[in-house]
Amino acid sequence: MTGAVELVGLERRYGERIALADVTLTLEHGATLVVFGPNGAGKSTLLRVLAGLLRPHDGSLRVLGHTMPEEDWAVRGRIGLLGHDPLLYRDLTGRENLRYHARLHGVDDGRIDEVLEAVGMDRRADEPLRSLSRGMVQRLAVCRAVLQDPDLLLLDEPRANLDPAAGDLVEPLIGRASGRTRVVTSHDPAGGLAEADLVLGLRGGRPELLEWAEDLDPARITELYT
Amino acid sequence: MSSAPQDGPPAGPSQGGPPARASQGGPAAGPPPGGPGAGASRRGPSTGTAVLAILRKEVRVELRTLESVPAMCLFSVTTFVLFHFALDRDSVNGDLASGILWVTLLFSGVLAINRLFVADEEQGGFDGFLLAPVDRSALLIAKFLTLLGFLVVLEIVAVPAFGLLLLEPSVGRVVLRLIGILLLADVGIAAVGTLVAALAVRTRARDLLGPLLALPLLVPVVIGGARACAPLFAAGHPASVPVRWLETLGLYDLVFGLLAYAVFDFLLED
Repeated sequence: MTGAVELVGLERRYGERIALADVTLTLEHGATLVVFGPNGAGKSTLLRVLAGLLRPHDGSLRVLGHTMPEEDWAVRGRIGLLGHDPLLYRDLTGRENLRYHARLHGVDDGRIDEVLEAVGMDRRADEPLRSLSRGMVQRLAVCRAVLQDPDLLLLDEPRANLDPAAGDLVEPLIGRASGRTRVVTSHDPAGGLAEADLVLGLRGGRPELLEWAEDLDPARITELYT
Repeated sequence: MSSAPQDGPPAGPSQGGPPARASQGGPAAGPPPGGPGAGASRRGPSTGTAVLAILRKEVRVELRTLESVPAMCLFSVTTFVLFHFALDRDSVNGDLASGILWVTLLFSGVLAINRLFVADEEQGGFDGFLLAPVDRSALLIAKFLTLLGFLVVLEIVAVPAFGLLLLEPSVGRVVLRLIGILLLADVGIAAVGTLVAALAVRTRARDLLGPLLALPLLVPVVIGGARACAPLFAAGHPASVPVRWLETLGLYDLVFGLLAYAVFDFLLED
């Protein structure tokens, strides 16, 4: 059986600057990869490449059994991306935003109510995003990312701006309990390790650490930031 | 569970990482029912459904922000007022009237072209769209129709204002022919405008690049529109519309419509 994510010598540059280089790993279906690294290490770039939003410049990449970017049409709709930007329009309400994405993904309106209720936003869903707090927008972004019931979740510091209660609310949707294949970026060694099967540490776009989570000494993650 | 591409002890990132190992149980150990591992690509909605969804979103955003259409209308009416006083004439006719109308409509249209993709670029709309299992031409068609709609609303306001401020009352007899020419030209402006807006919005100098690209490309529309309309605004007895300028506008619409369809996908690429 092939992995959900298979990277071999993956490289991505922005002009002359190398954002990712020599990343090789396989993540099997249902497993969680947690990516650590200081700012600018290439974590967000990795997620965008996996999502098909950026093209790799070298190496090979297979996502959900399809070669990217040649077959990106086959995985669109099967990936949920939760990045730093919520990918929601500020002048629309939460429900309008989700309805828009639901139409693009061919999802029924019933699913909108379901995810809104799950994150406790059903009562604030008819307010424009610009009037909501960052934490509330992040909860709506979680709704948007899981609306189409994706097979692969790409989560860029998914609990940013969320208070502990909100973090608990989104856990069944994007946490380990969701059962989905996940690639998660984190700056929290303890929290990240707790939900990881596999850990990747990046620095300057290059992998400095690739270990099973249960074998890993948390101090090695801390070393990435020194 | 996860595995490295090759077996063996953990050997560092350059060699592919940790070894393969057996499933260890727990919620992440196996694929969830009907989820990961299902492998099949998902069938997305039809292009028509996606176009309608984007159109609905565009109209909502415009009604809530009033960023494009009011600015276009205000600009055009202000320009006609300025011409009215600058020329110091009660009315204009023929080529002059037609030229004033088309240049004003063109510059007003550029305001909408510049704003067409700004919300998508600044608020992640491009990424949200690209992640969806829909034909990318849906975005082109929806944005084209949005811009076309904005131009029609502009003309509903601007043309009567132009008539009041700068034309003789007798021009009312040519309204139907004028509408036909306007619609024919609007299609070309919307096709080129959508293409240029998608190209410019991802650059840092988008406010400058949009007009710099759009205006030269739209010169044929201005020429065609102005020449076609000039006989309608002739003093005394409006003449018939020259067919060759209508054909020119139609050909322009066809060429740039096809061009936009052909290259739009590439504009969305990384």
